[in-house]
Amino acid sequence: MSVLTPARSSGQSARTRANFSAWANRHRKWLFAAPAMIFVGLLIVFPLAWTLYLSLTDSQGSVRAASDFVGFENYLTVLTDTERFWPAVGRTVSFTLVALVCEVVLGMCIALLLWRPFRGEKWVRVAILLPLVATPVAVGMMWRLIFDPNIGFANQLLGLVGIPPQPWLSGQDSALPTTIFMDVWQWTPMVVLILLAGLTSLSEEPDEAARMDGANAFQRFFFVTLPLMMPTVIVAILLRGIDALKTFDILYATKGKGGGSFHEVETLNVYAYGLSFDYNQYGLSSAVLILFFMIIIGSMWLLTMRKKAGSK
Amino acid sequence: MKRRSVVKYAAVAAALSMGLTACGGGGGGDSKGSDTVRVTLANHVWTEGIKAAIPEFEKSTGLKVELTQLGEDQLSDQYNVKLNAGSDEIDVMMYRPLQEGKAFGKNGYLADLTSKVAEDADWNWKDYQDGPVKASTYEDKVMGVPIITEREVLYYRKDLLKAAGLEVPKTMEELEAAAKKIASTDTAGFVARTGKSTAVTQFSSFLYSFGGDFTDESGKSAVGSEEAKKAYAFYGGLIKNYGPKNVSTDMSWPEAMAIFTQGKAAFYTEADSLYKNATDPAKSKVAETVGFAPLPAGPAGSKPYNIPSWGLAINQSSGNQDNAWKFIKWATSKDRTLEAQKAGVPGPRASVWSDPAGTSTYPKDLAAAIAVSAEKGVGHDRPLVITVGKAREIVGEPIVASITGADASAAADQANTAFQKFLDDENK
Repeated sequence: MSVLTPARSSGQSARTRANFSAWANRHRKWLFAAPAMIFVGLLIVFPLAWTLYLSLTDSQGSVRAASDFVGFENYLTVLTDTERFWPAVGRTVSFTLVALVCEVVLGMCIALLLWRPFRGEKWVRVAILLPLVATPVAVGMMWRLIFDPNIGFANQLLGLVGIPPQPWLSGQDSALPTTIFMDVWQWTPMVVLILLAGLTSLSEEPDEAARMDGANAFQRFFFVTLPLMMPTVIVAILLRGIDALKTFDILYATKGKGGGSFHEVETLNVYAYGLSFDYNQYGLSSAVLILFFMIIIGSMWLLTMRKKAGSK
Repeated sequence: MKRRSVVKYAAVAAALSMGLTACGGGGGGDSKGSDTVRVTLANHVWTEGIKAAIPEFEKSTGLKVELTQLGEDQLSDQYNVKLNAGSDEIDVMMYRPLQEGKAFGKNGYLADLTSKVAEDADWNWKDYQDGPVKASTYEDKVMGVPIITEREVLYYRKDLLKAAGLEVPKTMEELEAAAKKIASTDTAGFVARTGKSTAVTQFSSFLYSFGGDFTDESGKSAVGSEEAKKAYAFYGGLIKNYGPKNVSTDMSWPEAMAIFTQGKAAFYTEADSLYKNATDPAKSKVAETVGFAPLPAGPAGSKPYNIPSWGLAINQSSGNQDNAWKFIKWATSKDRTLEAQKAGVPGPRASVWSDPAGTSTYPKDLAAAIAVSAEKGVGHDRPLVITVGKAREIVGEPIVASITGADASAAADQANTAFQKFLDDENK
């Protein structure tokens, strides 16, 4: 703390205050945005820039060890890798698309059911929202136990109705659909929530007008409600789509490193994780992550374009 | 004027944020050594024992122990992140000498303990078995103190063998014949790990017993050798032909052990250090009828691995290395090792094994199997390389191929090429 004489300090501090408020007034848009900008800089721009830098080096073993700049070599390696990278891209896309379609269709059906008030509505809503509040890792562990091929509950249940045991998570072809099922089970409630909010904010009049004109329930849904709901549906697709693309915990909790012995559920996320934490190939893993980041940005851009076109 | 005030505010903001970080980072890490020793351990029976005894250590030394306990994979990930960043947040770390020792040694993550282990004759480093000591040493420097040793043994069901009128198999052929005879719709003849990477350690003993190894004497890949091909076909064949129905290719020990302890398999080969899972009535339906035997002999004899699976090390970046060493010395003392061994953790100290109290709590047949295995054991259970994770996936490929009925020999040839390329890359 500096010590100033009282006479000087009061005059000077008044002047400093005036100066500061004038300065603050002139720069207020920057001043108010500063905390957010620092936050974005520290937590988003810096890690991204660091990953981009790593992706251009041959960093491996330890990020503290010396590494050489290799240009786009990592990208070339990754993009020509038909054994792990491209199948992982395929799985990421199919996981996202299938999960998304199921969740939106199912979510819309459930939201329509919950739209009109009925007795016990509260309880039904709570029950539907339950999966949403569970931790994905715990969800993964739970389903892993249920789907265990030898001692799991799912096969015992099938046995009761005379259906032979299924491999579920352990099958090469059935593992990915099983994890998609788990994702749908957990995340459909979120879509329901978004769509329900959209439905309740819709005006009743167009629907009534259509009813007066003699439109049946299907016609009213497809030609009146759905077009009006399109902006909300796109928001739901956008939010859930990005999340589904990034899915990691459910896959890791059920099949572990590498997405199983045949990489049957290895998506881009799981692949990049394995490259970093199991193989310690940071350069290569960063290249995968940058490419993945570009895929996400690209699909987000496509969807927002679609949203703009829809709202016009 | 304007510019100067901006600079002034920036300086204040910077000072403030540094002050905040200093507050946040306070506590340990100071170079003179803190009274708090931060210890990171894996979920393990050994950890349970030491956890209960920590108040003893705190009382006698006046130090405080801050314990973090994690699952195996989470532990690895923590080390990857923290040691990579040069963090001083960990003082003592439980690590896997064969899995991470080489990589951590090369990266300079671990403190050199060579002079520390030599200075105290009472604590006695010479008491440690050769294999574990070798595995904890990197480039002639002691990097860790082993705490748990493991050998692969045969777990079997006495009642099923008796009902089938069979003797305990002494050779791989007898094992296969017995598994074939016992296998039925309810009970598998044989079970073991099946995951591509996780099965490698248990498959290794089969590989050695068939006369193979992961690399030959010149350091070249040997997983394509005739011996290795036979071992792959045998291990995978046992599981494919006499294993549980709907067998998955993802099983690590918890899944395989569950099948055995649920009474659904006659034979099971696994690390001896996990025996409590099979003999504890709270965890095992077959606790009363479990028997143990040395690994059956293959064409090259019975050659199980004999390795230190876990050790304690000090983080090179820790500012509290002297106190960290005090903790390690206490946790690995002869008394504590004896206590741990009595609680079911096979230790690395020769004197504890020769002390009758050291084996008093073990089933007799298990103690005998351990003694035999320790004598003939091979000092590694996975390829001795830097990136063990990747190597395990490569050499594990033919195991999975064999379990699923694919051509094990072709898969071994393919793995051989891939493994050789991997070795060449690593030695570049």
